Amino acid sequence: MSQLVIHDLHISIGDKTIVKGFTLTIKQGEVHAIMGPNGTGKSTLAKAIAGHPDYTITSGEVLLDGGSVLAMEPDERARAGLFLAFQYPSEIPGVSIANFLRAAVQARMTEGEELDATGYYKRLYAKMDMLKIDRKFTSRSVNEGFSGGEKKRCEILQMAMLEPKIALMDETDSGLDIDALRIVADGVNAQRKSAAAPGIMLITHYQRLLDYIVPDFVHVMHDGRIVKSGDKSLALELEAKGYDWVKQEFAAANA
Amino acid sequence: MSSVATSTNLTGSFTREAFAAHLERVKHLPAWWLDRKRAAYERFAAAPMPKRTNEGWRFSNLATLTLDGFNATPAACRFDQMAHRELGVTGAGHLVFANNRLVASQAIDASTAGSGIIFDTLQHALLQHADLVKAHLLTQPSKLGSDKFAALHEAFLEDGAFIYVPKGVTATLPVGVFHYACGAGTAVFPHTLVIAEENAKITVADFFRSDAQTPDAKPQTHFACGGNDLYVGHGAQVTYIAMQDWSRATLSFQFNATVARRDAKVLSLNLHAGARQARHESFSQLAAPGAHSEMLALTVAHGTQEFDQRTLQLHQAPNTTSNLLYKNALLDQAKTIFSGLIVVDPDAQKTDAYQSNRNLMLSDEAEANSLPGLEIQANDVRCTHGATSSRIDREQEFYLESRGIRAAQAQELLVFGFFEEVLGKIENQELHDTLTDIIRKKFKT
Repeated sequence: MSQLVIHDLHISIGDKTIVKGFTLTIKQGEVHAIMGPNGTGKSTLAKAIAGHPDYTITSGEVLLDGGSVLAMEPDERARAGLFLAFQYPSEIPGVSIANFLRAAVQARMTEGEELDATGYYKRLYAKMDMLKIDRKFTSRSVNEGFSGGEKKRCEILQMAMLEPKIALMDETDSGLDIDALRIVADGVNAQRKSAAAPGIMLITHYQRLLDYIVPDFVHVMHDGRIVKSGDKSLALELEAKGYDWVKQEFAAANA
Repeated sequence: MSSVATSTNLTGSFTREAFAAHLERVKHLPAWWLDRKRAAYERFAAAPMPKRTNEGWRFSNLATLTLDGFNATPAACRFDQMAHRELGVTGAGHLVFANNRLVASQAIDASTAGSGIIFDTLQHALLQHADLVKAHLLTQPSKLGSDKFAALHEAFLEDGAFIYVPKGVTATLPVGVFHYACGAGTAVFPHTLVIAEENAKITVADFFRSDAQTPDAKPQTHFACGGNDLYVGHGAQVTYIAMQDWSRATLSFQFNATVARRDAKVLSLNLHAGARQARHESFSQLAAPGAHSEMLALTVAHGTQEFDQRTLQLHQAPNTTSNLLYKNALLDQAKTIFSGLIVVDPDAQKTDAYQSNRNLMLSDEAEANSLPGLEIQANDVRCTHGATSSRIDREQEFYLESRGIRAAQAQELLVFGFFEEVLGKIENQELHDTLTDIIRKKFKT
């Protein structure tokens, strides 16, 4: 079984350190919710692990199945089994979803291997149906002119097609109304039930998402690291008491 | 006859002896045509090479514009008659020229035959349809700076394609014209003449290629000096697609002259992929009310390639429209030049003209030059022009890479995304795929 080990990770943008000693192990099939107030480093963590060039990992380690990913380019990390579901997916004019996804699938094939187009489209259409995405979408440009809900469904579609070992889902619930949230959650839950269930790091600001994607673990992040961990009841406690409660507890412990 | 001459005078390899040898080869053609060629040769021989001070050559690399070291009258080459099929476009008919001679042809498809369409060589047309050729072959002035090279083209033009579509006839499939150059130093002078009479409709594809070589061989040096005339009659529709894919050691000139009559619609799309230095001049005349010209171009410039594009949209009549969109993708140390001018004559009221040059910079060392221009003498017109240069968006690139797509492939996808606005206008799937393949190959070399 695959696992992602994040050990004492420090991440900075320019001179500013954002993540300060983040440690967590995610096993395939598990869902770890990462909660916390804005500006605490949740998105930075996800993007840096995926290899975004704006972020520098100054110390610590990220191991996928025992091997470090830190020297890998973003595309190598993705082919190794990491997937980042973006909070704000890029719009790419002129590149159709079909071409984009085919390129992503082909990138995972060995040289000389031919894509089975029939099988590919069959699989694509099945996943699109599950996510209630109109098949006409395949000829539309990636994310261009999509509503917030369409963008997020498109992220989940990519995740379903690429079957990562570990998915980092960054604020997947932001900008979604309740119907869109349900569809997205159903898509994620279907993948959790599949044989190739990924390990999921579910970054969210709100407890609401966790009603639909029920986590195995909940971690609260503050000032660049995990300050409290628990099961799904921790999310409910946070909802009731607010983040200040964690901040105060943390401040008291460090006093 | 086929010796390579070197010279520092105004004619380079295209000496009087070479011209005499050429005339000998075409002496069976009508006297009026030979006279025109002689006059053209004199204009060529007398005209100076372009100078730095000439506005029409601003930013062009003049040091590498040489007429020396070429074979002005190359011998016929052995030609693999299947070679053009790799391009996947055979259409309703095709003509294949190699070293200025017809080497293969396929007559117009049965569904089009009997319609009166003439699809033949220029030489046959000069003998059999002299009036049509006389009226339309190289009759438009050279206005964009290359008078000397346009005259050279006329002087040495040996053969090419003649496409005539009579009144009211629609050619349902595209016709393809293939122009090959083979052998070191070979000079070629391709030409395609399209005449679409009233309410006629046709799609023509022109391919320019150097003979296939082994992949690791040094590319052969060629000199290509070609042209096309598109005459689009009253209510006619012509789609013209040209794919320039000469060897990377070729010096290339291409001259287009389009005349659009009343309510005519013409779309021309030039793909520039090959050559070391390529100059393309395109001149569209909107000659009667309701005429519309769509001028499109895609360029993939890499290595040290230079692509020099000069355009003129001339609105001579009221209610005419033109739409120019030239898109360049630049890699490595490549250079592009776009200089475009919209001219609106005093009585061409209600003109609607658009001109846009967009450059996608894939390298910090590449250089894109844009010189958009307007000359408006009417007072009730809408003319817009603009030029932009941008880099690949880093977030878009990261997005693609985060899906496992390798950096080079991500770049290619983004370039295709950038080109889609133009590629999307090609209705014929085969032609669309052929263009796409030529572009894709540029990312594999």
